[in-house]
Amino acid sequence: MTIEVRNIVKQYGAFKALDNVDLRVADGELLALLGPSGSGKTSLLRIIAGLDWPDAGEVSFDGENALARGAGERHVGFVFQHYALFRHMSVFENVAFGLRVQPRAVRKSEAQIRARVKELLDLVQLDWLANRYPSQLSGGQRQRIALARALAIEPRILLLDEPFGALDAKVRKELRQWLRTLHEEIHVTSIFVTHDQEEALEVANRVVVMDKGKIEQIGTPGDVYDNPATAFVHSFIGESIVLPVDVRDGQVKLGHRPLNIDAGSAVGPSKLFVRRHDMQIGPVGEGAFEGTVRRVRTFGPIQRADIALSDDDTLVEIDAPRDRPLTTGDAISLQPRRYRIFAGQE
Amino acid sequence: MTITIINSPVTVERAQSVARHDPHTEPWLVRGIIISVAVTFLTVFVVLPLILVFSEALSKGVGFYLSALADSEALAAIWLTLITAVISVSLNLVFGVAAAWAVAKFEFRGKTLLVTLIDLPFSVSPVISGLVFVLLFGAQGFFGPWLMSHGINILFAVPAIVLATTFVTFPFVARELIPLMQEQGSQEEEAAISLGASGWRTFIVVTLPNIKWGLLYGVLLCNARAMGEFGAVSVVSGHIRGETNTMPLLVEILYNEYQLVASFAIASLLALLALVTLIAKTILEGQIEEGQLHRDD
Amino acid sequence: MGLTLTWLSLLILIPLAGLFVKTADLSLSQFFDTVTSSRTLHALRISFGLAFAAALVNLVAGLIIVWALVRYRFPGRRLFDAIVDIPFALPTAVAGIALTTLFAQNGWLGAPLASLGIKVAFTPLGIFLAMVFIGIPFVVRTVQPVLIDLDVEIEEAAVCLGASRWQTITRVIIPSLTPAILTGFALAFARAVGEYGSVIFIAGNLPNVSEIAPLLIVIRLSEFRYADATAIAVVMLVVSFLIILLLNRLQRWAQTRALAVS
Repeated sequence: MTIEVRNIVKQYGAFKALDNVDLRVADGELLALLGPSGSGKTSLLRIIAGLDWPDAGEVSFDGENALARGAGERHVGFVFQHYALFRHMSVFENVAFGLRVQPRAVRKSEAQIRARVKELLDLVQLDWLANRYPSQLSGGQRQRIALARALAIEPRILLLDEPFGALDAKVRKELRQWLRTLHEEIHVTSIFVTHDQEEALEVANRVVVMDKGKIEQIGTPGDVYDNPATAFVHSFIGESIVLPVDVRDGQVKLGHRPLNIDAGSAVGPSKLFVRRHDMQIGPVGEGAFEGTVRRVRTFGPIQRADIALSDDDTLVEIDAPRDRPLTTGDAISLQPRRYRIFAGQE
Repeated sequence: MTITIINSPVTVERAQSVARHDPHTEPWLVRGIIISVAVTFLTVFVVLPLILVFSEALSKGVGFYLSALADSEALAAIWLTLITAVISVSLNLVFGVAAAWAVAKFEFRGKTLLVTLIDLPFSVSPVISGLVFVLLFGAQGFFGPWLMSHGINILFAVPAIVLATTFVTFPFVARELIPLMQEQGSQEEEAAISLGASGWRTFIVVTLPNIKWGLLYGVLLCNARAMGEFGAVSVVSGHIRGETNTMPLLVEILYNEYQLVASFAIASLLALLALVTLIAKTILEGQIEEGQLHRDD
Repeated sequence: MGLTLTWLSLLILIPLAGLFVKTADLSLSQFFDTVTSSRTLHALRISFGLAFAAALVNLVAGLIIVWALVRYRFPGRRLFDAIVDIPFALPTAVAGIALTTLFAQNGWLGAPLASLGIKVAFTPLGIFLAMVFIGIPFVVRTVQPVLIDLDVEIEEAAVCLGASRWQTITRVIIPSLTPAILTGFALAFARAVGEYGSVIFIAGNLPNVSEIAPLLIVIRLSEFRYADATAIAVVMLVVSFLIILLLNRLQRWAQTRALAVS
C-alpha cells in the first residue's frame, strides 16, 4: 500500500501544527517521522489514521482518497504510546477485539478467530500470556500485545505513535530490534513517530525529519546524518559544533579571522556545522582554528576534549581517536574534515 | 459592513466528512437526544421542586411570607436548629479531624473496621439512627430508668436531638479529609517533627494549612445536613411545639395542618441554605483543586 | 487515636449493639412473627423493591446525565452540573413536601398526569419517584470522575480496529465504567431503602399498600412497641448489609478481574 499526503494543513487556533506537508510513502516501507515535540509528527500520523482531520490537503492510499473514509474504514493498524489496551479484557480478548466487532456478514467463526489470535500471539512471542490481563504485563509485553491487536485486522498500513516512548532504555532497545525483524517478516507499509534520533536511524528505511509543522528533510538514515539538508537537521541529528561565521566574497570568517575553507553556496551571516569527530587535530599553524586544550576525558576508543578557541575563547567539544593523547594546556590547531555552512544565524 | 462567507464545495464536503467520521463523538441527533433527556430529567426532578418551594412560600405575598417566619413557633424552631447545628458541627469537626488523622497517617489493626464505622451513619436509615437513641435513653431503654430517677431528660428533649444529629452527620468531615490527608502523606509532618516541632505545633502549622479547604468543605456539608436532618430527629424529638421542633419538623407539622404557605416558608429557608451550601461548595472545589495543582508543581 | 476509637465506640458502636441486644427481648418465635407479619413484609417489600427499581432508573438516567455533562458542551452545562447535587443538599422534609405538591392531583405535574389517568401522589408510584429524586447524585458523582479520566486513546484504538461508535461505547467504555456504576448504584439503593423524609409525604402511608419500612418503625415506636420496631430495623440492616456486600463483591470482581491470575 502506498500513502500519499499532499499539502496538508492543520491548525489548532493560532498554532500551525502542519504547514503544507507533502509526503509519499512507498509500499512496504518502514518510515520514521522524527522531530522534537510540537513538530507536527503525531498530528500527521493521526490524520493518516483518520483520528484527526486536516484543514486542507489530501491523503490517499493507493491513489484512493482516504479522507472520504472514517478511521474504522481505513484498515489502519494504530499503536499508541501508552498501549491503550482494554483493561477489562484478557490479552486474548484484546487481540480478538478487531475480529469480533466486524459486521456479521464478514465476521470469522469463533474457531477462525481463535486460530488467528493464536497465530498473532505466536508472532509477538507472547502466546503464553493469552489469559492474563493487561495490568499483569510489563510495559514491553503490553506494547507487543498492542501491536498484535493492531495486526489482527490485517491492516494495510501500520502506524505507531512513539511506540517505545513509555518504556525503559533497555526494553526500548530490544523492541527496536524486534520491530525491525517483524517488519521484515510481515512487510506492511509502516510509519512510526519518534523524537529519538537513534531509534529513527536504527529502525527505519527512510527518515522524515520535521520541525515546526514542516518537513525539513526526507532521506535514508545515512543521508540525513551525513548530508543534512538544513541547519535544523544538522543540529537535531547527531552532535555538532556550531560556530557563527560570516561569508563574504567567498571567504569564511570567524570573527575577523579568515578560516581558509570553502564557503559553498552560503552568503552573509551563516553557521558553520562540524561533527565532533570530524575535527582533525594538528600542530599550531596547520589548521583553520587554533586553540588550547582545557579538559580531556576518555571513553573507550575516543578522547573527548574541550578546546578554547584562541580567537574569542569559545569552548568547543571534540572527539578524537586516542592515538595522539591530548593533555590540558596543549596548544593545537583544528581542521574540519567535513563540514556544512548554512546561511542565516537563526 | 457586509460579511460574506464563502463556502467552497470542497470545504463543505470536507466538513460533512469530518462530521460523519469524527471518531470521538456521536451524530448530532444522538447528542441532541442525550442532552435533552439529561436536561429534562434534571429539570423535572430537581429544578421544578426547588422552584415550587419558593413559589408556594410566596404565593400569598411577601407580607404573609415574612409573618409566617416571624411566628413564635417558627423562631423557636430556627433557634433550636441553629444551636443543634453549632454543637454537632463543632463536635464532628474535632472528632472528624481526629478520625481522619488516625486513618490517614497511621497504620494499625482494625483500620478497615474504623473506616467502615465512619461510613456507617451514611448507609443506615436515619430512622434507625434515631431508634438507637430511643433504645438507649427511652423509658424502657438501657439508661432510661436511671436517667429518669435522676431527673435527667435526654429523649424527647434537646440533648437527644443534638446526639442524633451528631450521629448522622459524623461521616462528613472525616470522609472529606481522609483522601486529602492520605494523598498528602506524612512527609511534611515528619520533616516538621525532625526539625523539633511538637506534635500539636506540627498539626497547627503544617497539617492544618494543607487541609483547610477540605476541612471547610466537610464542615459545610456537615452543617447543611445537621440543619436539614429529619428522620433521626423526628424519632427522638417528641415533637413538643416551641420546644423540641427543629425547622424540618416544623415543616412537617405545618404541612400536615394544611398551613401550606407557612410550611413552605420555613422550607424555603432550608432550601436557601442548601443553595448557599452548593454555591460555597462549588467555590471551595475550585480552591481544593488549585491547592492540589500547587502541590504538583 | 485512642480518643477517636473511644468516641466512635460511644457514638456508633454502642447504639448499634443496643439495637441487637434489644431484639433479644423478643423470643425467636416472637421475632419471627413480627418480621413475617404481612404488614411488615409488605413494608419491607415496598422499601427494598421500589428502592431497587429507583436505583435502576438512577443508573440509566445517571449514565445519560454524566455522558451529557462530560462529553458535550451545551449552554447551562455548568449549572446543570451543580444542580445534580441538590437532592443531596436539600433537607429531606423540604424535598418531601415539594415533590408531593408537585405531583398532587392539582399539582404542576400531577394535574397533567391525572388527566392521563396516572395517579402519583399517595401511591407506590409516588414513593418510587421520591426515591428516584434522592438517588440522582450518587451514580452521577461516582461515574463522572472516572469518565473524565478515561483515556480517549482506548476509544481511538477501538475505532481503528473497526468498532462502530455503538460497539465502542458498549464494549469498551461502559465496561471500563462498571465498577463506578456499581458503586453508584449501591449508594443510591442504600439511600433509597432507608429514606424517610422525602418519601413519607408523598407515600400516602396506607398499611399494606404504600407504607415504607422506616415509617413502620416510627409507628411501632409511637405505639411503644420498641422490640417490634427494633426487629424491623435489624432485618433492614441485615438485608441492606447483605445487598451492599454482594454489590461490593461484584464491584471488586469488576475492578480486579484485571488482577486475577489466569
